[in-house]
Amino acid sequence: MKLSPDEVKKIVELARLEMNSVEMEKYSTQLSNILSFVEKLNELDVSGIEPTAHAISVPTPMRNDEPAKFKNQEEVLSQAPDREGRFFKVPKVI
Amino acid sequence: MELCDLTIHELHEKLKKREIRSLDIVDSVFKRIRSVEPKIHSYITLTEELAFIQAQTSDAMMEKQKDFPPLMGIPIGLKDIFLTQGIQTTCGSKILEGYIPPYDATTVEKLKQNGMILTGKLNMDEFAMGSSNETSSFGIVKNPWDLERIPGGSSGGSVAAVSAGECIAATGTDTGGSIRQPASLCGVVGLKPTYGRVSRYGVIAFASSLDQVGPLTKDVTDSALMMNLLAGHDPRDSTSLDEKVPDYTRSLIPDIKGWRLGVPKEYFVKGLDSEVEKSIREAIRLFEKLGAKVDEVSLPHTDYGVPTYYILAPAEASSNLARYDGIRYGYRQKEATTLIDLYKRSRTKGFGVEVKRRIMLGTYVLSAGYYDAYYLKAQRVRTLIRRDFEKIFENHDVILAPTSPTAAWKFGEKTDDPLKMYLSDIYTINVNLAGLPGMSIPCGFTKSGLPIGLQLIGSHFQEEKLLRAAYTYEQSTEWHKRRPKL
Repeated sequence: MKLSPDEVKKIVELARLEMNSVEMEKYSTQLSNILSFVEKLNELDVSGIEPTAHAISVPTPMRNDEPAKFKNQEEVLSQAPDREGRFFKVPKVI
Repeated sequence: MELCDLTIHELHEKLKKREIRSLDIVDSVFKRIRSVEPKIHSYITLTEELAFIQAQTSDAMMEKQKDFPPLMGIPIGLKDIFLTQGIQTTCGSKILEGYIPPYDATTVEKLKQNGMILTGKLNMDEFAMGSSNETSSFGIVKNPWDLERIPGGSSGGSVAAVSAGECIAATGTDTGGSIRQPASLCGVVGLKPTYGRVSRYGVIAFASSLDQVGPLTKDVTDSALMMNLLAGHDPRDSTSLDEKVPDYTRSLIPDIKGWRLGVPKEYFVKGLDSEVEKSIREAIRLFEKLGAKVDEVSLPHTDYGVPTYYILAPAEASSNLARYDGIRYGYRQKEATTLIDLYKRSRTKGFGVEVKRRIMLGTYVLSAGYYDAYYLKAQRVRTLIRRDFEKIFENHDVILAPTSPTAAWKFGEKTDDPLKMYLSDIYTINVNLAGLPGMSIPCGFTKSGLPIGLQLIGSHFQEEKLLRAAYTYEQSTEWHKRRPKL
């Protein structure tokens, strides 16, 4: 399974990353090798087998939707790389 | 032996008898850190000042009480994946350098409530992605048994610190073997509990359906003591299980007469180092001598575990790591002019090579048109792997296997070949896919003096059986008493 340069470019875009052509080539080879390796799963017929979403069969826990105040709002905001008052600051969107 | 070389339970006895104070232990641990840390590099952040303050508080409390929790006054290190309020938490990544969490992980909260002394935050593979601790943005960790070799990953800093006496015990996380494999390569005891047994709240997510928190200790008794604290339901983690927590120290009974142990034939194939195999076989013989019945069993889908894992784990990781966008916390590349540009530049600069590789792999297998062929198929194979184990546990108590196919390897040996690196977790990964508890205990050394680990695998919620079997073995051997010469 060989990934085409266009496919790698698309993945890089979807993953919100940037890459030069040398890096792209390196990752393309490595990802292709890994994808060839995982093709091994095609040896198995899994039709009719339930997928495992959770390793242990437990019902989804339910709780009341009760809002609670987070105490350390300032500490959360203090971690922002850029902020203005109580807001996270980002480059101009529109 | 220095105090820093002792176990939690040995130190607890001494504290109870008033032979020592917590301050003496902390002093011994930080003396050791000062002397060996430049060589080993187990820590990303040290909290020495805080540790001495906590020790003073603990000593004052213990003076007034006859009985106190086993962890009271004991210096513990935390893998840098656990959020610690007010203390830098990086997850081994440049993208989180300088991040100060506003709250504690449940694990941290519980340990604090029980009087642990925090020594610091331990080095790890970036976002727990790695088998050798070579992917940390903060530099590699060296194996205390041989400084030219890797300590294993991703909890490499945690095991190296426990092994070298830079803390008395530590916490780790295990997504595909990250507690058991490094424990094996550094000669300590590592327990990965059943998925959901320990809360993941406040633990930075890698692959959410596989990640599990567990203890790294010098012996099995300490592992049981730590499990008593870590296990339990947490309403803040919806995958945490609402099951009663037993007193794990009651499992410390040196008797497994009549137990049926399974040895999977698929785990003894090409790739397993002959010295490792010899030690594992000897350990199995000892179990027989101790009264257990050992059968050869089969896990027919063993070979499909690594490919299944390398679809599921990166898929979940790519989704979890989408939150690192340079806006609310973490690294931001300042020159960005648009929002998308900001995401891209910050993530490109902030993430390392292995993390990017897995994000891309995960993005690909989840992308339109490929979901069924990769992710869904892997989830179905996961069912087959789980069923293989369930079948064995219908009439066996514990499975015995190697933890790692080889002892610790040299730096750089596998870094250029991700597949080679991924295959080093071949014996641990399937346990995570099936959500089972697994444990690694020291069972020998190679001729050149490198530790070898035996893996015990149990059915869901059977940590007690693992502890009892491990304890029985430990009482008949001396491997766990050896310490590296540093």
